[in-house]
Amino acid sequence: MAMSTVTSVLIWLPIGAAILIWMLPLSRYATGSLALLVSLLEVGFWIEQAARFDFSQSGLQFSDRAPWFGDLHVFYHVGEYGFSLWLVGLTTVVMAACVGYGFWVGRDRPRAYFGLMLFLTGATVGVFVAQDLLLFYAFFEAMLIPLYILIGVWGGPGRLGATLKFVIYTMTGSLLMLAAIVVYGVQAGTFDLVDGPTSASRWLFLGFMLAFVIKSPLFPFHGWLPDAYGESPPEVTAVLSGVIAKAGLYGMLRIAIPTFPEPASYYRTAILALASASLVYGSLLAFRSPGFRGVVAYSSLAQSGLIALGLFSGTNLGFDGAVLQMVAHGLVSASLFLIAGAVERRTTTGEFRLLGGMARGRPALATLLMTVGVISLAVPGSAAFAGEFLILAGAYQRAWWWAVIGATGIVLAAMYMLRLISAVLHEARGSTVSDEALDLRPGELALVVPLVGVLLALSVWPAAISGHSFAGDNPTSVVQEQFK
Amino acid sequence: MIHTPPVDWFALSTILALLGASGIGLLGAVLVPRRARRPFSAVVSGLGFTGGIVAAVWLYVDSPNGHTVVSGAFYRDRWTALAQVTICAVGLATTFLSVEHLPGWRREADRERRDDHVAEFFAVLLACAAGMAFFVGAANLMTLFLSLEWFSIALYVLCAIDYDLEGSLEAGLKYLIVGSFGSAGLLFGSALVYGATGSIGFQEIATQVGRQGLDRNLLLVLGLALIIAGLGFKSSAAPFHMWTPDVYEGAPTPVTAFMSAATKVAALLLAMRLMLIAFPQEANLWTWAFAGIAVASLAIGNLAALVQRNVKRLLAYSSISQAGFMLIGLSAGTALGARALMYYMVPYAATAFGSFAIVAARERELGEPVTLDNLAGFGWERPFLGVAMWMFMLGFAGLPASGVFVGKIYVLVAAYDHGWAWLVIVGVVATLVSLYYYLGIVRAMYMRPSEELPVTPGSVVVTGGSPPRERLLHVAVGAALAVSVGSLFAVQPLIDLARHAASSLF
Repeated sequence: MAMSTVTSVLIWLPIGAAILIWMLPLSRYATGSLALLVSLLEVGFWIEQAARFDFSQSGLQFSDRAPWFGDLHVFYHVGEYGFSLWLVGLTTVVMAACVGYGFWVGRDRPRAYFGLMLFLTGATVGVFVAQDLLLFYAFFEAMLIPLYILIGVWGGPGRLGATLKFVIYTMTGSLLMLAAIVVYGVQAGTFDLVDGPTSASRWLFLGFMLAFVIKSPLFPFHGWLPDAYGESPPEVTAVLSGVIAKAGLYGMLRIAIPTFPEPASYYRTAILALASASLVYGSLLAFRSPGFRGVVAYSSLAQSGLIALGLFSGTNLGFDGAVLQMVAHGLVSASLFLIAGAVERRTTTGEFRLLGGMARGRPALATLLMTVGVISLAVPGSAAFAGEFLILAGAYQRAWWWAVIGATGIVLAAMYMLRLISAVLHEARGSTVSDEALDLRPGELALVVPLVGVLLALSVWPAAISGHSFAGDNPTSVVQEQFK
Repeated sequence: MIHTPPVDWFALSTILALLGASGIGLLGAVLVPRRARRPFSAVVSGLGFTGGIVAAVWLYVDSPNGHTVVSGAFYRDRWTALAQVTICAVGLATTFLSVEHLPGWRREADRERRDDHVAEFFAVLLACAAGMAFFVGAANLMTLFLSLEWFSIALYVLCAIDYDLEGSLEAGLKYLIVGSFGSAGLLFGSALVYGATGSIGFQEIATQVGRQGLDRNLLLVLGLALIIAGLGFKSSAAPFHMWTPDVYEGAPTPVTAFMSAATKVAALLLAMRLMLIAFPQEANLWTWAFAGIAVASLAIGNLAALVQRNVKRLLAYSSISQAGFMLIGLSAGTALGARALMYYMVPYAATAFGSFAIVAARERELGEPVTLDNLAGFGWERPFLGVAMWMFMLGFAGLPASGVFVGKIYVLVAAYDHGWAWLVIVGVVATLVSLYYYLGIVRAMYMRPSEELPVTPGSVVVTGGSPPRERLLHVAVGAALAVSVGSLFAVQPLIDLARHAASSLF
């Protein structure tokens, strides 16, 4: 296994740039440009890496390993599998768009802001590539550091309560995961994910899962979600639901299921039930939500449920679909939150009763929102359709009723998404929508259009991801062999 | 005729360097003109601590095989040397911090009286560090008690030295009374142990206990309990912590910074050695005792910190809970636990020192005690100090922002390795609770605009304009930040040092 520093560059380039930005007394414009440049560079590095990735080969690629604290056998060990490559790609693309959005709206205190966004990029990439449990945990927690400040400083009026709830919820999960990691590591004699043995301990499995279901989140651990998604600045919400939430689902795929095969199958029904509950409950809440962000936020809850359904169906189709859906939903929700931000900037609100009729005279906004909305409700032919179809097929192989519940969720998705589209774009003109409210500006288009473009490309060729996530396209055996 | 033992002067060189500098500093208080007194004594103090660090590093390199010197009164080994390096480094940082902040910065208007006691302050600080450097190497109960009193008396003086400061005298007095109680306990315990075994050397106690089968002797167990209580007072572990918040709050902030970092290092490292060498047969007693103290400290420290508004008090309770974490490593009583404890000391000392140093800066700016309310906007006004405090607090909270993160993992691993899964859970829950108040400080600094701040203008010093330029304070905080964050990355080298140091205990 050849060593490669490419993966490390993806982690440390943005973190290094963040430190640079904090130290250099650059102007607002220069800071924003530098941050955007670095995040685009990050996308470039990722594309270069993806081009060289060997999808036919199982096992870790672009790995790098150095001792961190050797007497506990803890290593700085990073590397990528097919599916982690896609999640890293999602992270870099969404973060670049969000950094661009922050630049475009001119966030206050630019040096702090852009530094934190870049730091967040590095930490999130770290989560997806870490191959050592303690390293994974360190990155998993490190994501929280910038998020806490980003929400708490640049968020809405209820930000203090939102951050507190967010941090307490997620830390409860992750500290129990820490306890589980310690126990697992001492028992196994190693913290390495690649070399580590499987464990049959149900308690440890639950420790890990709690952290992941809170982060994803799944019902009933989503208490932090409405506040955090509602009070964050729109681009941070986009990151939260597009990328950070995927870290929890990634954890299930990379750690919980392969390392704890016996407990995973023991609790399968319970987790599938939770996932289904999230799907249905989230969709219903989204349908009832009075505002733009609420709909997207609760739809994220529903989508997390759907993806978890795919993962815990334990079938080839389910795994493939889950990875595809993680990427597709990441892009969808990031685009939707950025559009929500654009709407809020024009009308000062996201409440449906004050909105409406925005399509007239604003063709770009209408087209983009319509496109993303339609992809998100899984119209046949879209990337989300491919993902959801695979997941449902996988769930069907497990038992038919899971597929039925999943299909209900998709019907509900059509309901809440069409409601959103009509409430914002159509119907009578809302009281806050003035004639002066402009269409999307070129700056905003430059951020959202690429995201939508990627979505459309994935709609054309979903197999780019679903067929290239697991070596030999046989996920269950790859997962069973713990990604050796 | 009194028999004079051979003395290995080199083994005592750290202490001698500090004491020498202290003596020169005291002479300076008399001989150096008032104008030059502050720079002179600060330089002497800086040189003394630097000399101490050099000597201790040299000792570390030169003492791979630990042994006792001066007829079994003092250990010359790597455990001692590493502890001395930490103590001297904290002392050096305190010197940097104190130049602008102590004593008598409140009297800046009155330049005549301002530098009245500055030389004495540095001399006592050096003497105090010398006492600690002696304490960590103590090899029998006599030197243990002697050095404990030595540095304690110095600390009482340091706490009370800024007589213009409200609460300083009170802090000194309170510490004196409660501290004496602890010392008395330690002394009585030592006497009982001597009574039971007939020896005072750590090694001999263990030998005697083994030879005479005394491991459940009532006198001995009672003595051990009293000794543990005495050390608990010094390391401000619950339930021996009552003095901590008041003294930390009342003492001049640089002294608080020094106390919270150095005293704890000294007391806990000595406790580990004393338990492992003198009382190995009673291991199942003292491991449980320390585990109990650890749990109590975690519970009391964290819960009490939740309701604090005064930042110094909050950090005092936080130091109690951090002591709880370090005691988890101690209570494991294994080589891994010793390593974990030694490692934890480094980021802990840096973080604790740094956070108090930042409080000192804010205190000077405002001219009044720092509370969560008047921290508002601080992070934006002083970006470097703000970021440093941010990292310190998140590090303490167990996020991967400083080496404390790794330290916590280490002690938890040590506890589990010892078979105490429940202690892992306690540690994890304690960390969770601690998040609330650590993040509360970050929230206060960054998320409340300073316009909300009801400032009563600086009562004495700063009136209007930009905050005072505190280059040396920035250097001290920068160094603390570098150590604190650096220890997250350089775990392996530190652990290697700690392993070599701990090998002399087994």
